[in-house]
Amino acid sequence: MLLVVEQFLNGLQFGLLLFLLAAGLTLVFGIMDLVNLAHGSLYMMGAYFAATFAAWTGSFLAGALMALGATLVLGIVLEMSALRHLYGRDHLDHVLATFGLILFFNEAVRLIWGPAGLALPLPAWLTVPVPILPGIHYPAYRLAIIIVALLVALLLYLGVMRTRIGMLIRAGASNREMIGALGINIKLLYTLVFGLGAALAGLAGLMQAPILTVQIGMGENILILAFVIIVIGGIGSIRGAFLAAIFVGMIDTLGRAFLPNLLRQVLSGAAASTAAPALSSMLIYLLMAIVLVVRPEGLFPANRR
Amino acid sequence: MKSFTVSKAVTALMLAGLVLLPLYSQASGNIFILTLFTRIIILALAAASLNLIMGFGGMMSFGHAAYLGIGGYAVGMLAQEGVGSGWIQFPVALAASAIYALVIGALSLRTRGVYFIMITLAFAQMAYYVASGLARYGGDDGLTVYKRSDFSGLINLSNRTQFYYLCLACLLGVIFLIWRIVNSRFGLVVQGLRSNEQRMQAIGFPAKRYQLVCFVISGTMCGLAGALLANNTDFVSPAVMYWTRSGDLMVMVILGGMGTLFGPVMGAVVFLLLEEFLSQITEYWALIMGPLLLLIVLFGRGGIMGMLGRANRG
Repeated sequence: MLLVVEQFLNGLQFGLLLFLLAAGLTLVFGIMDLVNLAHGSLYMMGAYFAATFAAWTGSFLAGALMALGATLVLGIVLEMSALRHLYGRDHLDHVLATFGLILFFNEAVRLIWGPAGLALPLPAWLTVPVPILPGIHYPAYRLAIIIVALLVALLLYLGVMRTRIGMLIRAGASNREMIGALGINIKLLYTLVFGLGAALAGLAGLMQAPILTVQIGMGENILILAFVIIVIGGIGSIRGAFLAAIFVGMIDTLGRAFLPNLLRQVLSGAAASTAAPALSSMLIYLLMAIVLVVRPEGLFPANRR
Repeated sequence: MKSFTVSKAVTALMLAGLVLLPLYSQASGNIFILTLFTRIIILALAAASLNLIMGFGGMMSFGHAAYLGIGGYAVGMLAQEGVGSGWIQFPVALAASAIYALVIGALSLRTRGVYFIMITLAFAQMAYYVASGLARYGGDDGLTVYKRSDFSGLINLSNRTQFYYLCLACLLGVIFLIWRIVNSRFGLVVQGLRSNEQRMQAIGFPAKRYQLVCFVISGTMCGLAGALLANNTDFVSPAVMYWTRSGDLMVMVILGGMGTLFGPVMGAVVFLLLEEFLSQITEYWALIMGPLLLLIVLFGRGGIMGMLGRANRG
């Protein structure tokens, strides 16, 4: 029972983290029609910035806030210097150009921070276990991730659905020429959206940093998961990204936790222990294959007519 | 059709260079260059196979490295189990790649555009994790191939020069095949589908069936490259299927010129020589390579072949 609740919360936490990453990706795709492979690099930069700034200032929170600002600025600079020129080009061009950016970022990180990973230690008040149900404790930090990510998701929803900027963003997604013709500075809007996406990726990176080590290439595996999520959820749809992210986070976490035991009941011990890790890594991709066979446009396509 | 163009001349020069390379290597005693170019030729073969679906078929597969792994693992696993004959290993490698291509092609081709890019990527990652989970065959650490494929004395793969010429022959054979395919009725239908799928379907061609067959042919060709690659490095590991390798193959195709016969070969030669050259100057070669890719995408329309074509006109 304890294990089930804990793994369930872990799945939720991982799913919410994936949502932060996928939301930026799907916003940028939905609005600018840009496939950004370098999104994972922004996630990595968020983690590196946080580890560095936290070491400088000696405070986890200050480091996290500064890292958030730094990834926002980095995203804006990246958009203005390079990615802006890719709008309206073929998707294949996007894939290649941002693939080049990944190479660049990985190497730049190796040059600046060295090949060894960094650690981001947590302050004492975040390491205590918190009782959530009678007799069940859960690490405070993971709980904090869940709360922060849920808040961000709520803010994002309100921002996109209820504010003027959000209205422009939605208008830009459905017809960019028209809102340009209506006198909206679409370049600025795009830069803003890209910066927002970068900051979301940075936030995901810096929150994940204390749980995993901060290392080169940390953004790549999770980026592919984020892609799977937006494919399942329907590209360009934030609601779809949210539901798919929770779904994928749960399946991945619960699969890794319980699949070995389940398999052991069917197969012999040795066969189960070899098959389980591979099978649990494959689960998500199987899920995606099934979704694409049944609904090739994803579960919640953004511009349903 | 013009009898002489710059791109034809450069292609001919490059091919002559590739054919004569072992002589140079022998004369100068530079063995390294032969090993390097064997690898270049094998990856050029993979790039050429990708070009068949990407350049001619308009199917942007971001998971082509999976076939390199499948072909390689077919050789490695059979060698481990004591089947050393190339007459068995190579057909199995090709068949395994074809079956994989058939399955993922049938699923992936239900989607298009950016969805297709991502689903092929995800399937290749899945193959990567499966290979990592093969504890019996080395798992993450990979599998050493202790003995190269044995072609019962006809050709000795351990002899550098013979192996080089085998790879070159495979490359030229595959390019010849692609040339025949592209100019056949089948190839014209596939290219028509790239331009306008709806129209082709309205004429009465079963679009998906044509695309799937093309996808399988391409995958099988790349499986051959995988089998050769495992023999070249005497080693196969999940890393050959990693998604950055698929990205490298795409870069080679674009760099050389998508939808041209010899473009991918040119792209592979330039890309891998550049990588080799930059990594000798600095340890941080990717710092230069990354922005270079960005510039190529932004300004180098049509790749090297496109630029040569323009040089001819201007």
